[in-house]
Amino acid sequence: MSKNPEFVKFDKVDKSYDGKVLVVKDLQLDIAEGEFITMLGPSGSGKTTCLMMLAGFETPTHGEILLDGNIISNIPPHKRGIGMVFQNYALFPHMTVYENLAFPLRVRKVEKDEIDKKVDKALSMVSLNGFESRMPAQLSGGQQQRVAVARALVFDPAVVLMDEPLGALDKNLRESMQYEIKHIHESIGVTVVYVTHDQSEALTMSNRIAVFNDGKVQQLSDPAELYEKPVNSFVAEFIGENNTFNGEIVDIDKDKCKVKLANSEILANPISVKSKGEKTTVSLRPERALINPTDKMDNMFTGKIEEVIYHGDHTRVRLNLLGSSEFILKVPNSTSNLELKVSQDINIGWNSTDARALDPK
Amino acid sequence: MSSETKQILTTDGIPLEVSLKKAEKKNKIKAFLLVAPLLLFLIITYVFPIGEMFSRSIDDKMITNMLPKTFKEMEKWDGQELPSEEVFTAFYYDFKVLVEKQEHGKLGQRLNKEKNGFNSITKKLFRQVKRKKIDESSSIKDQIMKVHKRWRNVEYWQAIKRTAPPYTMSKYLKGVDMYYAADGSITQVDEDRRIHRILWLRTLEIAFFVTLFCFLMGYPIAHLLATLPMKYSNLLMICVLLPFWTSLLVRTASWMILLQQQGVVNDFFVMIGLVADDNRPEMMYNKVGTYVAMTQILLPFMVLPLYSVMKTISPSLMRAGKSLGGTPFVAFWKVYFPLTIPGIGAGCLLVFILAIGYYITPALVGGASGTLISNQIAFHMKQTLDWSFASAMGLMLLSGVLVIYWIYNKLVGVDNIKLG
Repeated sequence: MSKNPEFVKFDKVDKSYDGKVLVVKDLQLDIAEGEFITMLGPSGSGKTTCLMMLAGFETPTHGEILLDGNIISNIPPHKRGIGMVFQNYALFPHMTVYENLAFPLRVRKVEKDEIDKKVDKALSMVSLNGFESRMPAQLSGGQQQRVAVARALVFDPAVVLMDEPLGALDKNLRESMQYEIKHIHESIGVTVVYVTHDQSEALTMSNRIAVFNDGKVQQLSDPAELYEKPVNSFVAEFIGENNTFNGEIVDIDKDKCKVKLANSEILANPISVKSKGEKTTVSLRPERALINPTDKMDNMFTGKIEEVIYHGDHTRVRLNLLGSSEFILKVPNSTSNLELKVSQDINIGWNSTDARALDPK
Repeated sequence: MSSETKQILTTDGIPLEVSLKKAEKKNKIKAFLLVAPLLLFLIITYVFPIGEMFSRSIDDKMITNMLPKTFKEMEKWDGQELPSEEVFTAFYYDFKVLVEKQEHGKLGQRLNKEKNGFNSITKKLFRQVKRKKIDESSSIKDQIMKVHKRWRNVEYWQAIKRTAPPYTMSKYLKGVDMYYAADGSITQVDEDRRIHRILWLRTLEIAFFVTLFCFLMGYPIAHLLATLPMKYSNLLMICVLLPFWTSLLVRTASWMILLQQQGVVNDFFVMIGLVADDNRPEMMYNKVGTYVAMTQILLPFMVLPLYSVMKTISPSLMRAGKSLGGTPFVAFWKVYFPLTIPGIGAGCLLVFILAIGYYITPALVGGASGTLISNQIAFHMKQTLDWSFASAMGLMLLSGVLVIYWIYNKLVGVDNIKLG
């Protein structure tokens, strides 16, 4: 079966609530059938608005949204056949778990036997068999969450939307639910549009991630690329940890550029800079800088340890390097661990390909 | 497995339960002292007056104390023939005491309520006793019977005997248009004189429809209040509460200005050609006036409980209902409406109970066909001064409210009420 690469399509969508400010600006986004796509961004970045437009609770101010080739902007929410998991679960408090799950089937006039079968199947998918007659208030947060997921899936929708569904859970439960939702997605192949502001959640679960800021998609790519190759300084800053240097390009060729900092120069990988004299922010992931590197690296500097914080599996080291005292290193916890002491001088090195010269902050 | 676990002791050997009670005792006393003033207040202003009302409504001791000897002798009388000489004699001595105390008039009035005609014959007897015309050495029975022919009529003596018990239910029977007939059986009054029953039914009818109108109008308002953005909902809330801040009398009076035949509403109807100028409908001094004014006045009592319940219903529930495939109506009916039932229950109960005892508004705009049972109670309090009858009807109203509360509890459950 060939998958439609434009199963859900946002075509030049604008959205404004007050006629003055655009919450979503000229959004162009294609979502493939069976894909798990995450809209990631800080609050107020327009990601939830996009989800609400797709669900039908908000109408685009301009542009069209297409579902499987059909324009859906004028179809009311209840006819779109899109499942939705809400932030606070939105389970119907006066109905049992069974009735909650049967609701979408009953309004579709499904036969009673068929409802029983489907509810049973959906509950076993989230391993909640035997909870049919419980009321939502008698369930724990995680169980309520699973009921909400099962309810959004029970009527076999083509697309399921999830609006920060794990926001109210504690950390451990959130992580196990992330895997559970990921596995459910993999086993039934439904298209999932997931909204979150938690970058680790996005990286764990998604096929692709759309990073939103200021009403625009800043970058749309798979998790690895998003982390390794951010295209601008917002994405680099928002996803994962990041060491930055602000400077000016003094020399540039095809895959290397020289950046002049306050009182030194570093080599970097030109991503969004074109010519000499441009201002730039160089981004370097903490784990890409090594202590006393054995290989030849084209950036080698000496820094002074300001702070050492033990994190169990790794140690964070804050250095004073190249005039900045905010340079972070992550040292994995291994048997050959170095003795790291405050105010000790150490040699640091990294490859210029890992130092990405992006737009200035 | 034995449920009798070993008694747990604290470190100094006192059983844990005893120790806990000791520790909690101080808090309990504190809590009680805090609520004590309110408890006292409730007892003085609520429990005591209701008790007083009840005793007044059944009290018939006055006459029992007036004719002690008579009633004692009457115990032996079978009530068929005229009573014996002893009864007449006892009555004479009782009456003589009353004459000395100048209380014979009261007796006449009281007996007149029992049977018409007593007033004049007691007055006649009084004159005879006053002038000492009764010879105490000969048969008193014959002399009394000579005073007036009614003293020879057994029905009048039966009426006296009926007043013997210190307590009577007659006021309650009167409240539902019944009375004790001469033979002591409970009888309905003539059909053309059954005014109380009409009033009870009308009170129930008006309370029911006022509740219904309040619900129909209050539900959308409460929904708007709960869903509008803050700046609009505050304004709307003020509009809802404004009647609360205006005197009840002023509001009712303004309805009189609006609804009278030459009033604003009628003028408007004439202006838009809905009714002819010489055929203006009467919207006041009848049920229409009572409905309109009471609905407006009681509306906040419906809106506020509904609002407080609707405020707690997350808007995402309706969205969930729609996204799962329910039409807006299905989402409303299956999801939103059931969640507002506690508010509906509280609002309807509140409005109904208030409406059933409403007084000023029907008195002012109700006219003859729009007055309620409470107006009748007020009438007996102020005009006829029959306080025991007013008390009896007040208690009947109270028990009616309790019955409604009980039915409501059976149907919806009081735990489901939410006032805010």
